[in-house]
Amino acid sequence: MILEALIAVAFASALVVLLSPNEWAGRLAFALSLIPFLGSLYLWSGFDGSGNALTGGDIAYQTQIEWLEVGGRSVSWFVGLDGISLPLVVLTTFLVPLAILSAWTPIDSRQSQFYGLMLFMEANLLGVFTALDFFLWFVFWEAVLVPMYFLIGIWGGPRRKYAAIKFFVYTNAASLLMFIGFMSLTFALGDSVSSFALPEITQAIAGGGLGTWFGIAPGTIATVAFLAMFLGFAVKVPIVPFHTWLPDAHVEAPTPVSVLLAGVLLKMGTYALLRFNFTMLPDQASALAIPIAAIAVVSVIYGAMLALAQKDLKRIVAYSSVSSMGYVILGLVVFTEYGVGGATFQMVAHGLISGLMFMAVGVVYNATHTRMVGDMAGMADRMPVTVGILVAGAFGYMGLPLMAGFAGEFFIFVGSFSAPALPYAPLFTALAMFGIVIVAGYLLSAMQSTLFGPFELATDYEIGPAPFHDVAPLAVLLVAIIVLGVAPDIFFEMIRDAAVPVVEGVSVDG
Amino acid sequence: MVNALPQVTALLPVLLLAFTGLALLLVDTVSPDTRSNTSVAVVSALGALSSLAATVWFVASGTGSGDTGGAILLFADAIKVDTLGLFFTAIFASVTSLVVVAAHDYFHDHPNPATFYSLTLFAATGMSLLAVANSLAVVFVALEMVSLPSYVLVAFLKQNRGSVEAGLKYFLVGALSSAIFLFGISLVYAATGSLMLGDVAGVLGDIASDTDGIGSRSGIAGLGVVMILGGVAFKTASVPFHFWAPEAYEGAPAPVSAFLSSASKAAGFVVAFRVFTEAFPVGASLSADINWVLAFGVLAAVTMTLGNFAAAVQEEVKRMLAYSSIGHAGYALIGVAALSADGSGNGAVMGAAMAHLLVYGFMNTGAFLFVAMAERWGVGRTFEDYAGLAERAPVASAAMAVFMFSLAGLPPFAGFFSKYFLFMGAIDNGFLWLAAVGAVNSVISLYYYSRVVKALWLDDPASSTALDAIDVRPTALYAAVVFAAVATVLLLPGFGPVIETAEAAASALF
Repeated sequence: MILEALIAVAFASALVVLLSPNEWAGRLAFALSLIPFLGSLYLWSGFDGSGNALTGGDIAYQTQIEWLEVGGRSVSWFVGLDGISLPLVVLTTFLVPLAILSAWTPIDSRQSQFYGLMLFMEANLLGVFTALDFFLWFVFWEAVLVPMYFLIGIWGGPRRKYAAIKFFVYTNAASLLMFIGFMSLTFALGDSVSSFALPEITQAIAGGGLGTWFGIAPGTIATVAFLAMFLGFAVKVPIVPFHTWLPDAHVEAPTPVSVLLAGVLLKMGTYALLRFNFTMLPDQASALAIPIAAIAVVSVIYGAMLALAQKDLKRIVAYSSVSSMGYVILGLVVFTEYGVGGATFQMVAHGLISGLMFMAVGVVYNATHTRMVGDMAGMADRMPVTVGILVAGAFGYMGLPLMAGFAGEFFIFVGSFSAPALPYAPLFTALAMFGIVIVAGYLLSAMQSTLFGPFELATDYEIGPAPFHDVAPLAVLLVAIIVLGVAPDIFFEMIRDAAVPVVEGVSVDG
Repeated sequence: MVNALPQVTALLPVLLLAFTGLALLLVDTVSPDTRSNTSVAVVSALGALSSLAATVWFVASGTGSGDTGGAILLFADAIKVDTLGLFFTAIFASVTSLVVVAAHDYFHDHPNPATFYSLTLFAATGMSLLAVANSLAVVFVALEMVSLPSYVLVAFLKQNRGSVEAGLKYFLVGALSSAIFLFGISLVYAATGSLMLGDVAGVLGDIASDTDGIGSRSGIAGLGVVMILGGVAFKTASVPFHFWAPEAYEGAPAPVSAFLSSASKAAGFVVAFRVFTEAFPVGASLSADINWVLAFGVLAAVTMTLGNFAAAVQEEVKRMLAYSSIGHAGYALIGVAALSADGSGNGAVMGAAMAHLLVYGFMNTGAFLFVAMAERWGVGRTFEDYAGLAERAPVASAAMAVFMFSLAGLPPFAGFFSKYFLFMGAIDNGFLWLAAVGAVNSVISLYYYSRVVKALWLDDPASSTALDAIDVRPTALYAAVVFAAVATVLLLPGFGPVIETAEAAASALF
C-alpha cells in the first residue's frame, strides 16, 4: 500500500497547494514534495523485487484490485515496482522538490496554481512508472499532458501558446497512434488473455498467444502494432524526425518546467519503449534492429549538430537532449545486458544532468534576462558558484568519468559494440560515439563565450551571486550526479537484474 | 424490500417529480406573493434530488431487474419499470437537479421564476415517464409532455428576441416532427393492430414469416418505423432533424440549453433504445426487410461528422456546444446502430451508449452551465470574449477545462471510458467502420474543445477592463458547475458499477 500512499500524497498535496494563498504556496509545495521523496527512499530501502515485472519476475510493492471489465477482460488498479521502474520513481521524487525550489525566483504570478500543477504532474508521473495495467498506465500517461499544457501555456515565454498547443497536439496524436497499436495487439490475443495487465499480455505474446484478427496474420499485426507504438513513443522521446515540438516547448517553458520536461517526461517515452516495444515484442524489435539503430544514430548526430547551430543556451541544452536520447534508443535496440541496462541507467543519469543544465541556465537567466550566447560574457566573474556548477554539469554531459553520464554512456557502448542482435554493431557504436565529440564542441564553445573572459552584459542593474535557494538545488544535483558516477551499482545492479529477462526474450540467430 | 410495497410505488421517482412540479404551481397560483426565488429553487432541487435518491435506491435494490422477478408492469401493461427505465430516470433527475440549482442564480431577477421550475419539473416528469413507457400511446403522450414545457422554456426570456425566435423555431419543427411521429405510430398500428411494444413485435414476427399471409403489411410497417425513427432523430437532435438544435440551444437561456441538450436528448434515446428493441426486434425487422439498424448506422456516422465539422467553425461558444451536442448524439446512436441479429454483443454496445449518455449528462450540462455563468456575468458569447477568464474565475474555468477534455474523450476523465466502451462495443459486434468514424471524429473534436480551454487559460483578456464584468460570485451556479466537474472526474474510477448496470439493463432488452 506504500505506492498508493505515495501517489495519494502527491495528489492531496496538489489539492492543498492549489487552495493555499500565493504567498507561501512555493514553500508549502516544497515541504510537501519532500514526503514522496522520503517515501521513495523508503521504497528503495525495502525493495525486494527481482527480475523484470513484465516477464514474470517478483514485483515489489504489488497491489492488484479489480476496477472494471471490458469485453470479458478485466481492468485493474495494478501497480508495482521492479528494477527498471524504481530508479525512475526515485528520480521523479528527487527532481520535483528541486524543480520547485528553482521556481521560487522566476515564478511570480498565480503561484498556488503553478505549484499545484507541478505536484499534480508528479502524482501522474509516479503513476506512469508504477502502473502495470494498460488502462491505468494510459490514464496516468495522458493525465501528465494536461498539467504540462497549462504549465507551458500560462507561465511560459513569449510564444508560450504556440509551444503549449504544439506540445499538446503532437503528444496527443502520438498517444492515439500508440493506443490503436496496443489495442490491435489485444484484439489479436483474443481469449488467451483475461485482463489488461501488462505482465499477462507480455507473457501471452511470448507464449505465442497472438492469433489472426479480421483475417490479418499474427506476425503482421505484431509488426504493425510495434510500428504504431514505436512512432507513438518516438514523439515523446523524441527521436528525429519527431523532435520539433521539444525545442519550442523547452524554450518557452519556465525553468522548473523544463527541468521536469527534460528530466522526467522524456523518460516516459524511453521507459514505454522499453516496456512495450522491446519487452513485449522483442522479435519485431530485433527484426527491425538496423533501421531503429540507424534512427538512433541519426538522432545522436543530428541532435548534436542542431545544438551546435544554436545561439540560445536553452535551445542548446534542449537539442542535446535529443542527442542523448539517441544513445538510450541505441542501448535498447542492441539487446544486451549492458545495452538495455545502460539505456535505463542513462535515463536516470540524463534526467539528473539535463535537469542540472536547465536549472543552471535558468539561474543565469534570472540574473541576466537573456539566454543568447552573444549577449553576455564572463559570467564567471559575477556568479562564480553557479557558473562552477554549470561547468561541472556540462562536463557531465560530455561524459567525464566519475560522473553519471559517463557511466551510462559507457555501459551503452560496452553493450552495443559486440551486440549479437544488431548487425554492424561496431559501426553503429562508433558513429554514435562520434556524437560525444560534437557535444564537447558546442558545450565548450558556448561556455567559452558566455562564462569566461572579461564580464560583459548591458544591464542597468548590478548582477551578483544567485540566492541560496537557487544554488542549493544545483549543488544537490551535482552531488547526486557524482555519487551515481562513482558508484553506479547503487542503481545498476537492480536495473541489470530487470534487464536480463528482456535480453533473454529475444532469439538471436548465430 | 420494495416489492413488498404496492406495485405503483415503482413509479416513485416519476411521481416525486410530478408532485414537486404541481406543488410549485399550486403555491405560485394560490399565493403568488409569498414565493421567493430561493424557496422555490430549494423545493424543486429537493424534489429532483429525492427523485434521484429513489431511483438510485431502486437500482441498488434491483427493482424491476431480472434478479427480483423481472420488470414491473403497471396500468394494463402500459408502463414497464425496469433497470433501463430507472437508469435513464437517474440521468434525467441528475440533470434536472443541476439545472434547477443553477437556475436559482441565472433567473435571480426574473419576475416569475416559479414557472420555470415547475415547467422544468413537468418536462422531467415526461422524460421519466417516457423511460418506462411500454406502449406507443404512452410514448407519444409522454413525448408531448416533454415537448410542450420545453417550447415554453426555450422562449422563457420573453423580452429577449433571440429566446422568442428560438422558441418559435423549436415549436414549429417540433410540431411537425410530432405529427410525423404520430403518423408513424398509426401506420405501425395499422400494420400490426397493437400499440403495446411486445405485441407489435409478435405481429412483426408474423409479418416477417408471412404467417396468415400478412407479409404484404411489411411495407406499411416499414414506413411507420421510418417515421418513428424521424421522431427520435428530432428529439435526439440527429441528422436530418437537427436544424432546430443550434438555434434553440443558442437562443434559449443557458440552463434551458443544458436541460435540452442533456436530458431531453437522453429522453429521445430512451425511446430509440426501448421502442426499437422491444417493438421492432432486430431479427424480425431484418426478416421483414425493415433494416432500421442500417438506417441508424448511416444517421450515426452522418450526425457525428456533421456535428463535429460544424462545431469546428463556430465563433460562439454556446453554438459550438450546440453542434458538439449534435456530434454526441451521433456517438450515442452507435448504441442502436451497431446491433446484430444474433445479439451476442448487443447488450454491451447499447449499455455503453447508456453509460455515455450518463457521463454526457454531467459533462455537457456542466459546460452549458458554465456558459450560463458567463451570461450571468455578461462577458459576451464568442471565444474571444472568454479570453483570460481563468485569471478571475479559476475554479469555474478549471471545471470548464474538465468538461471540454472529457467531451473530447481524453483521459483522465470519464468521457474517455464512455467513448472507449462505446467504440469497443461496436468493434466487438462487427461494426469496425462505425468505431473508426467515431474515433476520427473524436480526434477532430479535440480541436474545438481545446479552443475553449485555450481562450480561458492561455489567452490574455481582450482589454484590461474586460474582466471587470466578473463582479458577482453566483454561489448556486458555482456549486452546480463544480459538482458536475467532480462527477465527471469521479465517474472514471467509479465507471465499473455504471457500465455494469447499463449493460445488464440493456441486455434485458434482447
